[in-house]
Amino acid sequence: MNAEQPTIPRIWVFVEQQEHQVHPVSWELLGAAKRLSADLPGSVVEAVLLGHQVADLAPQAFQYGASRVYLIDHPVLEIYRNMPYAVAVSQLVTEYRPEIFLIGATTLGRDLAGSIATRVGTGLTADCTELSIDPANHILAATRPTFGGNLMATILCRRHRPQMATVRPRVLPMPEPVPDATGEVVHVPFDMREEDVPVKRLRLIRAEEQPNIEYADVIVAGGRGVGGPEGFALLQELADALGGMVAASRPVVDAGWMDASRQVGQTGKTVRPKLYIAAGISGAVQHRVGMSGADVILAINTDPNAPIFQIATLGIVGDLYEVIPALIREVKGQSYDGQAHL
Amino acid sequence: MNGDNPMHAVVAIKQVPDTSNVRIDPETGTLIREGVPAIVNPYDIHAVEAAVQLKERLGGGKVTVITMGPPKAAEALLECVEQGADRAILITDRKFGGADTLATSYVLARAIEVINAELPVDIIFFGKQAIDGDTAQVGPGVATRLNIPLITYAVAIEEFDLAARRAVVHRRVEQGIEVLETTLPVLLTVEKEIAPVRHAPLPRLIAAARYKPEVWTATAPVPFDPQQIGLKGSPTVVGKAYTPSPRSGGEVISVAALGLDAVVARAMAVIEQAHVRNLQPGTGVVS
Repeated sequence: MNAEQPTIPRIWVFVEQQEHQVHPVSWELLGAAKRLSADLPGSVVEAVLLGHQVADLAPQAFQYGASRVYLIDHPVLEIYRNMPYAVAVSQLVTEYRPEIFLIGATTLGRDLAGSIATRVGTGLTADCTELSIDPANHILAATRPTFGGNLMATILCRRHRPQMATVRPRVLPMPEPVPDATGEVVHVPFDMREEDVPVKRLRLIRAEEQPNIEYADVIVAGGRGVGGPEGFALLQELADALGGMVAASRPVVDAGWMDASRQVGQTGKTVRPKLYIAAGISGAVQHRVGMSGADVILAINTDPNAPIFQIATLGIVGDLYEVIPALIREVKGQSYDGQAHL
Repeated sequence: MNGDNPMHAVVAIKQVPDTSNVRIDPETGTLIREGVPAIVNPYDIHAVEAAVQLKERLGGGKVTVITMGPPKAAEALLECVEQGADRAILITDRKFGGADTLATSYVLARAIEVINAELPVDIIFFGKQAIDGDTAQVGPGVATRLNIPLITYAVAIEEFDLAARRAVVHRRVEQGIEVLETTLPVLLTVEKEIAPVRHAPLPRLIAAARYKPEVWTATAPVPFDPQQIGLKGSPTVVGKAYTPSPRSGGEVISVAALGLDAVVARAMAVIEQAHVRNLQPGTGVVS
């Protein structure tokens, strides 16, 4: 440690693993860290990995761009609990003094990030949608929506280190892994007894498999304009034909027509599909912040002034109950013979 | 019921602008705050309710509500008294202005230490996040400063054993519901399901109308460390704020003008453009 140059700016990413599965947001963050590194002279991209018997996950971090993985492998870290994780990561931060530290804004990441920032006494910007290096002074410019998405604020942490930020899954693009990339694993010792952990997990009541709309390539989303829960069967039919999933806007979830796990937007999920079909969604800013990263947006609404049309690749003013059945026929026809009918 | 050791819960709340009513001045691009109603952060209402219901379940106890904010945040505290809080403390001072989450967690943690010295605190409730900032950072920050267990996204309190100093709490995680056993005191950040909000009975409304929240400033009765409050105690600053520039949209066509067939043909071209797997020629896949 002392032999190393203390001036190397380290850009850290927390690799979130549970049950030996790495959350993909970790790789999205490594992609962002690589881009930041290009603008921060002399910097290195490194990953932090915690758990029990998880050393075999380190090579994946190298493939996504880390040159080094700090690994704390300990039985008290078997399942995520706030205290031992926060203590272990804070210990790493204190020892290696990273310049920037990125964590996924997942349930786990949000629980952890605030605790680490408080322990080490630094600034933390939650739910960033854009990260860059301020060219003038080489600090992190972390931009996030606030006031329900009505305002964007760029947050700076000038004097405290690390500069911490969380980013929601799918806000950033997934980088391509480099299959033969390698790096260094730094095994960091950790000393904690199970008796000293104040919280025990008694059991986990597994939910039925939640629809994971965040990673769907095609989303057919319905809003208030769908008119009622029955209408979602039609959207499901189109989604099935396209190999996609059904999602919803907040009013639909609030009305109980769809489950909250399918909600897109500020208080729901952020999605980044190749194709987003918005049916009967007016497109309030709170909804748009969750889906404006889609490659292609097709919007159908009876109201020609619906804000969704401002961002749609193609906007259709019309009745979704007329347009969607026609689309379903067309898509199914195409899928059967594999030929474009255009 | 708990004899000489009744349950004491502290709830930290925030008064927020109703973000569903926030508008942007199209000329200046700034937030129009005037006329936007100030409300109790929706998750915090459930945090107060959870504390009051825990008190009822245990047959007694005390609920103390605190907030840091402008003088007008006293209104929010009164709503909590209507809900059943016994004591309400407004922490207000210009010196607290500009606080980020680190500075806010310092003030709330310090206040809770003082409250705890008067009457030991068993449980602390926060809403899971505030709807204006959506950071979800202050609750974890306070638990860390107080060095007590933190359980975020709590949805139920299965057991609460004051004498044994333990509780069993359910929290929502991606995989389902995690059932955790914790020592007391504990800090929970809560989802709305933790407790449905009930209508306050008339006697409580009357009591609340007469209630005057205590006011704490930066110096009295608790001397807060001036280095850790307000802008001075905040590592983060807002570099700039701007209204989001929407991604540029394309064409808008109408069924009425072009007819259904033409519209669907255009839609299919856009779907093709997305390179969706199932539509690539030659796959012949029926999903």
